[in-house]
Amino acid sequence: MIGIIDYEAGNIRSVENALKRLGADYVLSHDTDILSDCDRLLLPGVGEARWAMSELGKKDLIGFIRGTQKPLLGICLGMQLLCSWSEEGDVDCLGIFGNKVRHFRSVLSVNPGLKIPQMGWNNISSLKTDLFEGVPDGAFMYFVHSYFADISEDTVSVTEYGIPFSSALRRGNFMGCQFHPEKSGDAGERILANFLKI
Amino acid sequence: MLTKRIIPCLDIKDGRTVKGINFLELKSVGDPVEMAAAYSGQGADELVFLDISATIEGRKAFSELVERIALRINIPFTVGGGISTVDDAAVLLRAGADKVSINSAAVRNPFLISDIASRFGAQCVVVAIDAKNVDGVWKVTTHGGSRFSDLELFSWARRAESLGAGEILFTSMDHDGTCSGYACAEYSRLSQMLGIPVIASGGAGNADHIMEVLSPSGGNADAALAASIFHYGDVRIPDLKRKLEGCGIPIRM
Repeated sequence: MIGIIDYEAGNIRSVENALKRLGADYVLSHDTDILSDCDRLLLPGVGEARWAMSELGKKDLIGFIRGTQKPLLGICLGMQLLCSWSEEGDVDCLGIFGNKVRHFRSVLSVNPGLKIPQMGWNNISSLKTDLFEGVPDGAFMYFVHSYFADISEDTVSVTEYGIPFSSALRRGNFMGCQFHPEKSGDAGERILANFLKI
Repeated sequence: MLTKRIIPCLDIKDGRTVKGINFLELKSVGDPVEMAAAYSGQGADELVFLDISATIEGRKAFSELVERIALRINIPFTVGGGISTVDDAAVLLRAGADKVSINSAAVRNPFLISDIASRFGAQCVVVAIDAKNVDGVWKVTTHGGSRFSDLELFSWARRAESLGAGEILFTSMDHDGTCSGYACAEYSRLSQMLGIPVIASGGAGNADHIMEVLSPSGGNADAALAASIFHYGDVRIPDLKRKLEGCGIPIRM
């Protein structure tokens, strides 16, 4: 059973649909008793970082997420929330990864023509960990984001948009991807299937 | 590297596609879900579904269709046609659409853009603009090109961006249906003045037209949308993408 951590984080329909396509059972909940019984956790997210952290706090989910030993995958904003800090609302995040999250506008001085958000298909490369088993280096994933995590020792996938940034992170049981595997065709679905085996 | 996008567009009436697609050899011609899956399998980067139903029943069938599409395909898709309130957008986004495209209603009430963007995020708001060149001025039209508004293309595009549009989809009514190529000069200007992606629509007759509108020395658009050339099999997406890649245009293979 997969627990989708529910903090009213915008449109999670596409994540649910992807799990249905993979034939995986899931439950959507913010109840830590229910989430504790799950084998794996997903932290989705479309929204704003400060607001999202405040929702996680209100639902007493911050300590639970930090303490879980289960494989946990953060998607898009969900990955950014696992970092240490976000410029979006200048907010301290969960701090699983040491990375800082910044707006692409910080890159505009060297790349004045950069369109923000990054919207569309971009490559992932320098792939590490079994999350990417069977996914070729340079595979295309679908991105929609205005903020990015810098590169650190936890970086397991690199993408370039004006600057190289972390398109996936991993530290132990915690994983995160900036792109939307649930919207990234068959290669994206493979990543979700891999997560279900970790 | 971020790639340019190829976007087939399907017109939907009462939950069914209006034009059949001959070349895909589908079991159920006219079923948008099968067509969507076929295009996705061919390498389409995104899909657009435009609801042209005129009845309440037709619109309900469309939102049910959106649910079935979302369950089946694993690439992003945009829905549009007749969205005039935040609630209209909410129904379709909850059904599983990734983005909504708004057109006439945004001309009538520009704050619809900011209302949807603030509730669901700018990334899901595509502002579609239909315009006609009248004595050198690109006048914005509504209701499928049948009525002129007071707006001018470039200033309206800029305003839409400032109100929170995530993308601009401009259709030149002078080029639409002609199969003679896109309005490249206008896309180039839009692309340069806007900080958000520009989708080109209207005029595609062959693969060269798409190459021209995506090329940095041509229209420099971020995405090219087309309908009939894909539906009738004049241009096959895998062939088109190989051609674009061969000419140095970044594309997802």
